Amino acid sequence: MELQAVLMAAGGGSRMTDLTYNTPKPMLPVGNKPLMWYPLNLLERVGFEEVIVITTREVHKMMSTDPKTKLDIKMKLDVVCIQEDGDMGTADALRHIHQKVKTDILVVSCDLITDVALHEVVDLFRAHNATVAMLMSKAHEFTETVPGQKGKKKTAEQRDFVGVDQSGKRLLFMANEADLEDGLIVRRSIIRKHPRMHIKTGLVDAHLYCLKKAVVDFLAENKSISSIRGELVPFLVRKQFSKMTSGQKRMDDTETVDQKNDGLTNDDLFFPSRDEALLQLAQERSCWNDHRGDMSEAYHGGKLRCYVHIMDQGLCYRVNTLSAYIEANRMVSHMWFCHRSAHFVVHPLLMLHFVFHPQMGSDSMIGAGCHVADKTSIKRSTIGISTTVKEKVKVTNSIIMHGVTIEEGCNIQGSVICSNAVIGRGADLKYCLVGNGQRIEPEGDTYSNTKKSILLEVSVTFGLV
Amino acid sequence: TACCFFSYYFKEPSFISYVIEGKELTKEEKQRLRKEKKQQKKGKEKKDASLPQVSVAETAAPASQLKAERRARQEAERTSKQSKKGDTGQPATTIVKRLPEHIQVDDPDVLKKLAKKLERQQIPRRLDYGYKVSLFSHLLQYSRKAPLTQQLSIPSAVIHPAIVRLGLQYSQGIVAGSNARSIALLHAFKQVISDYTTPSNEELSRDLVNKLKPYISFLNQCRPLSASMGNAIKYIKKEISNIPSQFKEDDAKKKLLNCIECFIEEKIVLAAKAIAKSSIEKINDGDVILVYGCSSLVNHILCEAFEKGRKFRVIVVDSRPRLEGREALRRLVQKGISCTYVLISAVSYILPEVSKVFLGAHALLANGYVMSRVGTSQIALVAKAFNVPVLVCCETYKFCERVQTDSFVSNELDDPDDLIVTRKGETQLKDWQQVPRLGLLNLVYDVTPPDFVDLVITDLGMIPCTSVPVVLRVKNVDLL
Repeated sequence: MELQAVLMAAGGGSRMTDLTYNTPKPMLPVGNKPLMWYPLNLLERVGFEEVIVITTREVHKMMSTDPKTKLDIKMKLDVVCIQEDGDMGTADALRHIHQKVKTDILVVSCDLITDVALHEVVDLFRAHNATVAMLMSKAHEFTETVPGQKGKKKTAEQRDFVGVDQSGKRLLFMANEADLEDGLIVRRSIIRKHPRMHIKTGLVDAHLYCLKKAVVDFLAENKSISSIRGELVPFLVRKQFSKMTSGQKRMDDTETVDQKNDGLTNDDLFFPSRDEALLQLAQERSCWNDHRGDMSEAYHGGKLRCYVHIMDQGLCYRVNTLSAYIEANRMVSHMWFCHRSAHFVVHPLLMLHFVFHPQMGSDSMIGAGCHVADKTSIKRSTIGISTTVKEKVKVTNSIIMHGVTIEEGCNIQGSVICSNAVIGRGADLKYCLVGNGQRIEPEGDTYSNTKKSILLEVSVTFGLV
Repeated sequence: TACCFFSYYFKEPSFISYVIEGKELTKEEKQRLRKEKKQQKKGKEKKDASLPQVSVAETAAPASQLKAERRARQEAERTSKQSKKGDTGQPATTIVKRLPEHIQVDDPDVLKKLAKKLERQQIPRRLDYGYKVSLFSHLLQYSRKAPLTQQLSIPSAVIHPAIVRLGLQYSQGIVAGSNARSIALLHAFKQVISDYTTPSNEELSRDLVNKLKPYISFLNQCRPLSASMGNAIKYIKKEISNIPSQFKEDDAKKKLLNCIECFIEEKIVLAAKAIAKSSIEKINDGDVILVYGCSSLVNHILCEAFEKGRKFRVIVVDSRPRLEGREALRRLVQKGISCTYVLISAVSYILPEVSKVFLGAHALLANGYVMSRVGTSQIALVAKAFNVPVLVCCETYKFCERVQTDSFVSNELDDPDDLIVTRKGETQLKDWQQVPRLGLLNLVYDVTPPDFVDLVITDLGMIPCTSVPVVLRVKNVDLL
């Protein structure tokens, strides 16, 4: 077997607590499918037959029982449950499933929505015998106004500095702005080997990694690393260029090794493949080099290599903030049109009571079991399963989750309405976020006229499902 | 049941008619028809009126008996043919050699057959790319941007991961050069054999060979196999089929891995040492040696000669688009050899300084022609004109039974986009596909006639080019 797929679905969604305080992040509906469905669908399309899913018990229960969050995935899902309150990072989770990992792994995050040609990433991993291969994408500007944000100014997001070589494939440098105190420091060993480096800041990390099995073994022994993206990948990228000490001394003097905060040399991370001598022989005789201009052999003789595939076209979203969530909902309807013919934008089980056709734009998605009355206008919106929309309702640019009831005469614009909420008659909501199971009073003009606001109920007794 | 009968006249164009009632035997009967026609042309009598009836009986029997019966029938045919030959004393029937498929790309029937074969082996077919120059339209031309892995499932189930990796490395040019490709191929085969388990009811000797066939097709699709790879594969297949059936699986695998290591050690590593030893006698102090491109063997020879203390300097000739000479230059300069670097357009300018030319070979053909990187024949020609001795270094495992006198019939077309170069921000050929009747030709190999080659240095000694068929014959006797 070549690759095992691992889906990390235990994340808390800490940057969009408004949505996730009731529904766990992997189960948030995007385009009427739970968020986890998208990476699983990607893996299934590409040809995987089984996936190890690391998730919490709550999500597991919802996956198997809740009909609203049914996943129609034909692959075999091997679900591993971990504690939801524990501070388990992604690397800790990999350590937890260490026994199940038999070969190289492909780690995917549950909040990734993309249509990347996965073979591009995996080909880098295979062809160059790389230790890690990852996917990044050029970030798109989010254009939609988000409920609860004043103006377009985003909170200061920490920038990622990513350095790649001339070909754009080899990953030379990775640092987050938060870790850099007073400046970007690039080691001389990197510059000596790769005099031309392109540093990019506008990239989105898709959190899709191909890792060698030896890396997982390494993680099992080094318990200090707890996050793949935060610690493991920058560590490996740094280690590509650290000095190699001779093999014999490795065992004895662990004190005199590299003084950086990791006490490991490059030799520890030298993950030998089978029959290394023959591979070396073949490489020596091959007239190929990945760089030119200096006297070194291919890859500068380095055994540890990190590669990145940077997508410049196509969809790649990480749904970890509210704005990303809203944007993803918009894009997903586009995706269906372009790619899949088997999915209906308007579910066939939709029941429509109408004399006049309700106005439905072609870029809206309506879930199963909905009741949509006539004289409604639904534009550029996503409506979940089992929602009821009464007459004379105008819904534009909104996301309506499952089980919502919208009474007559409402006007909903640019909002996110979570599951099982009830919007009273004549309410006018602009750029609001209505939490789970809330009730908006009829004529609720006073709550949210043109002000952008978020409505959440603090008390638990209010019909939260 | 189907009945058929043939009517034919001796030594005349045949009038063959047949009536077939059942549809099942049509294909078999067509094959039989072809055989009949062939034998008729030689004026032999066909005495197998019994055969059609045997084949009729076969379709009634279930498939497992069918195999055994077919085998028995083949044996019967073989013995009958032998006896016929003995009786009539006629010369043996001429063997019709089939042309390999990769040089018949413009023939739609061949393509259909290839597509069917690949479908059976569950290997995707790589599609042709771009407009092909008409003289070379019978060859395959692929684009590096459309790898074969696009059409494979990602955790490749059909093809062993080591082979997928190897195919990728071939198609992207990471493993290039005849020796490197062969060693990498054998390395991948070692992984395959280590991971192999014999299914029940199967013999390792037969099943493993069948398992290797789709892998070889896959590698062929990624990049056409070289002559050295072909010989290595033949060797391995022979070793596998010669495994006695009483061997246990572990022993058999160990033996095979051992054989592969021996092959590499003897035919590649030791051969390189022997060739280096012979060539050092030919390198004198004060020599100016010209090399072309990056041949692992020639580089090895020069490095060894330098270590042994010979004083010489090297002129490296390079050519676009591969520019492999840069890699050769790097390796030689790293050793400390003083080098000059020119492009092939300057070769007639630089040749008056040169005392010897050392060339590497991709394969040596049975008629003495040397198949090597494109540009080699040009260098040999110019060297001949300047009366400079040309020495070709080649291991014996690269000797090939093919016969070729020109570079058109069988060659490899590389990605035409490699010829596009950006200078000062401008890419002139960026939209070459839009220009009608403009073809970019990126040839990989060419053949050098034996008149231009003065000596071939092999691990069997220094032989003239025309002795290649002798070596091949001796090798075949050894193998038997």
